[in-house]
Amino acid sequence: MDIYRAIADRTRRAILDELVDRSGQSLFELCGRLIMKHGISSSRQAISQHLDVLEAAGLIRTRREGRSKLHWFVGTPLKAIGERWPIATDEDTSNPTEEGIEE
Amino acid sequence: MRINLTSVSVDDQAKALRFYTETLGFRLKHNIPLGEYAWITVVSEEAPEGTELLLEPAEHPAVRRYRTALVEDGIPLASFAVDDVEAEHERLVAEGVRFVQPPTDLGTVITAVFDDSCGNLIQITEEKGQP
Repeated sequence: MDIYRAIADRTRRAILDELVDRSGQSLFELCGRLIMKHGISSSRQAISQHLDVLEAAGLIRTRREGRSKLHWFVGTPLKAIGERWPIATDEDTSNPTEEGIEE
Repeated sequence: MRINLTSVSVDDQAKALRFYTETLGFRLKHNIPLGEYAWITVVSEEAPEGTELLLEPAEHPAVRRYRTALVEDGIPLASFAVDDVEAEHERLVAEGVRFVQPPTDLGTVITAVFDDSCGNLIQITEEKGQP
């Protein structure tokens, strides 16, 4: 599973947002946050499948705490994006189209 | 029709009675010996005539599998209302209770989930007033 496909989905991005907000969440907690904070009312089964995709892409890890399975965000695979398209230090951030119109 | 009784399945009734009364603060309502087990119910101090919670022995093999699956996904078996989730969290942590979810603001409600040490996860909720 490549990371581009893994993050090319609104629900999976919201899952990562929530895991960044708090590490070590159960499926139940994640589902509660997704519905209450993002209006995402997918079934637990569907969210569980999204978690499998994210885990296959290396973007989350799971660990047992007591008898519960908890999920952590792992940002390392995202470094590949910045390395592939590095941001130049002298990067021109002005918008050439807008400048053209003003002239 | 009224809901007068609901239940949680517990590993050990005596331990559960201690946790639900001494730690959580519910009041014993019935404790009727029934051979190997007992019919034990507790009620809220705030509503002693309200719904009774039955502390039922988790003896059936399917109950154990069911509870294991719920706990794995962090799903609480019961939910209790409190006035202040933060304060209850602080109080229960001091009593040695393990939380799997600390107080979490979900917009209209604040929730937290703890382990009842008898085989279940329990949710506490606080309804937020209108701002």
